[in-house]
Amino acid sequence: MSILVYIDQFAGRAKLVSWEVLGRAREFADQLGLPLVAVVVGQNVGQIAREAIAYGADRVLVVDGPAFAQYRTGAYAAALKAAIAAARPRIILAPAVVGAREVAALAAAQARIGMAADAQEVSLDADGRLRAERPVYSGNILTTVIFRDAVQMATVRSRSYPLPQADAGRTGEIAALDVTLDAAAAGEEILEFEAAGAGDVDLQNASVIVAGGRGVKGPEGFEPLRALAEALGGAIGASRAATDGGWVPYNYQIGQTGKIVRPDLYIACGISGAIQHLAGIGGAKVIVAINKDKDAPIFGVAHYGIVGDLFEVVPALTEALKARLGK
Amino acid sequence: MKFVVCVKLTPDTEQLTEVRPQDVGTDDLGVTMVMNPWDEFAVEEALSLQERYDGETTVLTVGGEESVEALRWAVAMGVEETVLLSDPAFADSDAWGVAHILAQAIRRIDGYKLVLTGKQSVDGNSGMVGPGLAAELGAPFIANVVKILDLTEDSITVRRMLDEGIQTVRVALPAVITVSIEINEPRYRTFLGIRKAAKLAYPATAADALPGLDMGRVGAQAGLVRWTNLRKPPERGGKVEFIEGGAPAEQAARLADKLIAGKVI
Ligand SMILES: Cc1cc2nc3c(=O)[nH]c(=O)nc-3n(C[C@H](O)[C@H](O)[C@H](O)COP(=O)(O)OP(=O)(O)OC[C@H]3O[C@@H](n4cnc5c(N)ncnc54)[C@H](O)[C@@H]3O)c2cc1C
Ligand SMILES: Nc1ncnc2c1ncn2[C@@H]1O[C@H](COP(=O)(O)O)[C@@H](O)[C@H]1O
Repeated sequence: MSILVYIDQFAGRAKLVSWEVLGRAREFADQLGLPLVAVVVGQNVGQIAREAIAYGADRVLVVDGPAFAQYRTGAYAAALKAAIAAARPRIILAPAVVGAREVAALAAAQARIGMAADAQEVSLDADGRLRAERPVYSGNILTTVIFRDAVQMATVRSRSYPLPQADAGRTGEIAALDVTLDAAAAGEEILEFEAAGAGDVDLQNASVIVAGGRGVKGPEGFEPLRALAEALGGAIGASRAATDGGWVPYNYQIGQTGKIVRPDLYIACGISGAIQHLAGIGGAKVIVAINKDKDAPIFGVAHYGIVGDLFEVVPALTEALKARLGK
Repeated sequence: MKFVVCVKLTPDTEQLTEVRPQDVGTDDLGVTMVMNPWDEFAVEEALSLQERYDGETTVLTVGGEESVEALRWAVAMGVEETVLLSDPAFADSDAWGVAHILAQAIRRIDGYKLVLTGKQSVDGNSGMVGPGLAAELGAPFIANVVKILDLTEDSITVRRMLDEGIQTVRVALPAVITVSIEINEPRYRTFLGIRKAAKLAYPATAADALPGLDMGRVGAQAGLVRWTNLRKPPERGGKVEFIEGGAPAEQAARLADKLIAGKVI
């Protein structure tokens, strides 16, 4: 028996959320006295396997080869399923990010394992069984998911747990795992890949997000927001009005139909604060709103508000912060 | 070409805040119910594929009698075939149970090629029924489809959105896909469509009409997961602090000081 964690990677780089989840799973493994197994899927991912040991895994199963060179839901799910068969875990955790979320769900469905998606907290009850806290009804209700069977699985959101300290001196076992693909998995062909714009910061990992809405008025309107985000080492986000307008790509959208984010600081610029937008930012620690309209609903959830023109306030804020942060 | 869309009746997104934890799981949430907004994109895509490739679309839903409203919605958008999967034995099935029921009904649609679902439901929020269906049907699964590039008798080629970029993916049919909101602009329900939908009968298909159904996998007892301790999220304490007075530069400076003093940055 073990605790198993799916390490999500893209193009040979592990996603930070994988280590956050592994860190939480390490605590479970210690509490239950079970080994912590990680599974890494990709091509030439040996380095990630070593990192997994450094971040707390006792054993890493590596599924490595050309069939896994690119993200393929079916093939990656087959790898996770093979790891489940090999590690016989009681608890399986995976990051709740695009790609891994689908891999986890497909593998869980195929293996008929009960799963809680998008947990923002996972814990063990007195009997060592998994409990997953997750928002439902688009963040308007919380529930504690409990599991019927001995094997229990959850996907866990980014920034739910701190990044553990890597210890290069830790030792563990790394083993290759062979996976045979069925027709449905083998037949998923990746014909082309078009990378997203360079320099984009992952929204779900960001500790600071500067988001723009209809008030930024167009693609150029995002420039002052970018400057502010850059000064804070943050990411750019958007409301649906801005993504629908094509001012920034769809994967910048925050809210019920976009990303759910949990930054330390969320700066909403020219965003009214529609219910569907607020569904994505409930996990933000501090919300700042800059809006011309003092009655905009965004002020109902904000900690700090400035009523004013974002085209004046945002550049001024960038300057003020740069001066204070010594940039 | 036969298309299948799975839809769910969910609260109007504007009223999600009003749903009370104690009503969850009952058949009346006391709010306006609509077709899950994500599923409208799936229905729209099927209807436009049907126009492009000459086909038929069947829309299915699993739920109590009230979920007929989701089928009416689909008919009002232009769908001709609907299936209401309703049986007391189905009540409180988990995502895998719902997928099992849907899969049994889909298997009865001779020669189905493509199954579309929404990316997630606005109530369950789990995005699990789509992958569950793919597992049940042994079919390839592609999530977050932003464009269907090509469809032939035996394969589909799509663009799939990942955080890192967009992949062009081809899989064999039949396949299960979930669509993302940028794929299209759902058509409105027409007045005539709404009238037509209101007049149609929607006979329920129950468990006994689904020969492959494993009763040990549906209903509350079979659920591998259970929602407990339903509650409202804690209210955020305190009100907004407006930074008032002075020129924007002064306001910005005061805000910067507060953020730094509060160790926010
Ligand atoms: C099913 C469904 C799902 C949805 N999902 C999402 C989602 O995931 N995310 C999302 O964001 N929306 C979503 N929406 C849309 C949502 O309802 C709103 O329409 C959208 O969030 C509005 O975006 P906005 O705040 O940018 O625009 P608006 O509501 O138009 O607000 C613009 C704001 O900018 C202010 N402003 C204008 N000019 C300036 C200026 N110069 N300086 C300062 N302020 C200025 C205005 O006062 C106003 O408050 C969804 C809707 C539906 C029906
Ligand atoms: N009861 C249901 N009946 C039919 N389709 C459903 C049902 N529940 C979920 N779906 C489909 O599965 C998708 C994902 O839902 P969920 O897994 O609940 O997030 C939805 O967008 C629907 O297309």
